[in-house]
Amino acid sequence: MSVPSGVVVVGASAAGLATAEALRRKGYRGEVSVVGAEPHLPYDRPPLSKQVLSGAWDPKRARLRTEETLAALRAEFVLGDPAVALDAGSRTVRTASGRVLGGDAVVVATGLRPRTLPGQDGLSGVHVLRTLDDALALRGELKESVRVVVVGEGVLGAEIAATARGLGAEVTMAGPQPAPLAAQLGPMVAELLADLHAERGVALRLGAGVTGLTGQDGRVTGVRLGTGEVLPADVVVVAIGAEPATGWLAGSGLRVADGVVCDSRCRAADGVYAAGDVARWEHATLGSLRLENRTNAVEQALAVADNILGAERHYTPVPYFWTDQFDAKIHVFGLPSATAEVSVVEGDPAGRRFVALYREDGRATGVLGWNMPKQARLHRQELVAAVTPAV
Amino acid sequence: MKVTVDEDKCCGAGQCVLLAPDVFDQREDDGIVVLLDAAPPEELHAAVREAAAVCPAAAIDVDENA
Ligand SMILES: Cc1cc2nc3c(=O)[nH]c(=O)nc-3n(C[C@H](O)[C@H](O)[C@H](O)COP(=O)(O)OP(=O)(O)OC[C@H]3O[C@@H](n4cnc5c(N)ncnc54)[C@H](O)[C@@H]3O)c2cc1C
Ligand code: SF4
Repeated sequence: MSVPSGVVVVGASAAGLATAEALRRKGYRGEVSVVGAEPHLPYDRPPLSKQVLSGAWDPKRARLRTEETLAALRAEFVLGDPAVALDAGSRTVRTASGRVLGGDAVVVATGLRPRTLPGQDGLSGVHVLRTLDDALALRGELKESVRVVVVGEGVLGAEIAATARGLGAEVTMAGPQPAPLAAQLGPMVAELLADLHAERGVALRLGAGVTGLTGQDGRVTGVRLGTGEVLPADVVVVAIGAEPATGWLAGSGLRVADGVVCDSRCRAADGVYAAGDVARWEHATLGSLRLENRTNAVEQALAVADNILGAERHYTPVPYFWTDQFDAKIHVFGLPSATAEVSVVEGDPAGRRFVALYREDGRATGVLGWNMPKQARLHRQELVAAVTPAV
Repeated sequence: MKVTVDEDKCCGAGQCVLLAPDVFDQREDDGIVVLLDAAPPEELHAAVREAAAVCPAAAIDVDENA
């Protein structure tokens, strides 16, 4: 394909912004429009469950760029006006207000939307956490001795529980796994996380599914477990995962199967690409993947920008995410799993400073650092050979 | 080019070190970024721009006009 004369990016967050910036850095001079559902200028999500929720940061600090930097990009930002349809064949995007944007390349970077519990929408006091507005609404309710039940024992649930506890709330974490992040990181690390949360005063009600909510006069009063028990709550946070925001792609001609399905170059159709949490692509060595993490949003956007400009680049990253819970800073490279064999290669779990290596069938598949970021990054090298395709 | 880092934002990912090891390092104890060269030579500019883009905490600022 020749260099496009116009690029339309849908989604004005980490991946969308990174695509527009990368195009300019690589010298692209055509038109760039960035369409965003939210009214806000691009901001960062990881601080929402950490510094923004705790109040340590003014929300403005989570902005990804200053207005001046954005102006220098020479991109048209269409904000507060979600895309409602795409025609992949003609590469035309239509927005809720009726605007029609066409380009010879379109990038889908619409991220995720949180899952909810049945009956959640009609009740006040029930929150999800995906956007800045979500974070501010939840923060407004987190006060000392408020009873908070966090439904979900994944990364997001565990971070919210830790931050809410730090604000003095009485926090209970509920979910079907035996310990926080057990499915993702395996029993050894999950048990350490459970110990950490329990020590800091988070009540763990794990190992039982949540079936619904109880309420009175339109306000939530509790969370009902599969066992029939009700956990009383003033505030409930539902963090049970999220789904790719692909509803607007119905009838687009793109294939959607838990994400926008792309080839190894992040291409969903001729001239149509996807990047970030919404994108499912063929990783040359790891197979079909969709990653929900901050680094992937940018790295994938860089690959997409290269490919829009004709590079034919296969996208083969070493996955990476981090999470902060109380004083634990955990960095994870590769794809650890609950079934992998785990060995400590540096430090000591008892001292809460260590690096663990995950192996499956004798091959290194993941590296996890607990309060040892630099050392974990050095061990990442052990994954590179396994992940990088042979040329 | 003038590079600045915000230690308070940095999450210790080390992505910057992977891309531009002559410009960035990490502290041994907590992994926070250490800026080795605030005015890197021209041949490193492309790598530094990419590091600033990839930094998952948006903690690296590059002033092109300095
Ligand atoms: C609270 C929280 C904490 C996190 N913490 C970490 C962490 O510690 N470490 C880590 O690695 N990752 C973390 N993540 C994940 C990380 O933030 C995401 O991976 C990253 O934001 C993905 O970027 P994205 O641009 O693909 O999607 P998003 O950031 O979700 O952006 C998508 C954008 O598209 C917009 N959009 C949706 N539909 C439409 C439409 N139809 N038209 C126009 N615009 C649309 C949305 O409003 C949104 O602004 C966290 C996420 C959350 C929510
Ligand atoms: S990439 Fe960013 S967050 Fe990571 S060590 Fe460097 S400055 Fe810190």
